[in-house]
Amino acid sequence: MILPPFQRLLDSHGPDLHRFLNAMVGHVDADDCYQETCLAALRGYPRLHDASNLRSWLLTIGHHKAIDLLRARGRLAIPMDELPEQPSANAHGEPPDDGLWDSVRALPAKQRTALALRYVVDAPYTEISAVMETSEDAARRNVHEAIKRLRLEYQR
Amino acid sequence: MKPSLDPEQALRAVPVPESLPDIGPAAARDGLLDVAYVIDDSPVGRLLLAATPRGLVRLAYLDHSDEDAVLEHLASHVSPRVLSAAKPLDEPRRELEQYFSGGRREFDTPLDWQLVHGFGRRVLEATARVPFGSVTTYKRMATEAGSPRAARAAGNALGANPIPIIVPCHRVLHSTGGLGGYTGGLDRKRLLLGIEGSSPAEQLTLQNS
Repeated sequence: MILPPFQRLLDSHGPDLHRFLNAMVGHVDADDCYQETCLAALRGYPRLHDASNLRSWLLTIGHHKAIDLLRARGRLAIPMDELPEQPSANAHGEPPDDGLWDSVRALPAKQRTALALRYVVDAPYTEISAVMETSEDAARRNVHEAIKRLRLEYQR
Repeated sequence: MKPSLDPEQALRAVPVPESLPDIGPAAARDGLLDVAYVIDDSPVGRLLLAATPRGLVRLAYLDHSDEDAVLEHLASHVSPRVLSAAKPLDEPRRELEQYFSGGRREFDTPLDWQLVHGFGRRVLEATARVPFGSVTTYKRMATEAGSPRAARAAGNALGANPIPIIVPCHRVLHSTGGLGGYTGGLDRKRLLLGIEGSSPAEQLTLQNS
């Protein structure tokens, strides 16, 4: 089993991993979540059996870390209209529309993850299903449902 | 009422971070930094330095070795946990700087010999004891490594020295006074001997007489 130097994984996939986590947990926690993901990946790396899709492997670990963090925060399943108002944070590299991100993070976790993978890091459905350990159909449905909800909210 | 926007476009606009968090210190703290490396400019060109927790394991001239090839070799022969991280290389870098500016004659930084084995390792360990400013021969290094007739094999081991400069294979010459070979090119061998004030032919003549 030939594994590339770990640094090369970060060079190739670090930026997308960070963007995915930013979408999942928000920019305030994105750096911490990125670091935890990298440490967990580094820990298991020498025992990895299949190096054919290292990006999906990193995103899978990132997905778990993000869910852990959201669960710890107790924000995993709060309905949208109960979300507290968040101060604007554009100065820190938050994507342009805060409101959209609050809405995204208020989606059910599966929809949020599928949406972030599909649009933030341009993952094909095969990769989404691999990272989320679901079927490709379920991945498609999650993305579709999420987009439908966001459209309803933003284009009425 | 929220402003109208295209969620798909907005999602794609998540920014690429200007710089990614440096995971080196946390990886070292958790015992996960098996190989740390830096790339450095020096008076003898661009160098790649790599260290394990035991010590300096590799020094490569980047005009003679390809960076990716060096890192891949470390990943397959030491550990795939290879990270760009400056801190573990602070000490060897400082010592090299002092050496190049004439303020250091011996290196104290610990070495990790795990990339060399057997006869080759004995040759390199003998070479590491050749003092600053002096020179020796392939034949003598072969003898010190226990095989007096293996001068050519000693030459090969020195040619594959994973830690040149610090393990001073540039101080090893042909017994005829010829420069022999060098892993970083003969110009570098001359340059390093020049830094040490050695005049190779003269010294060997003295030692052989």
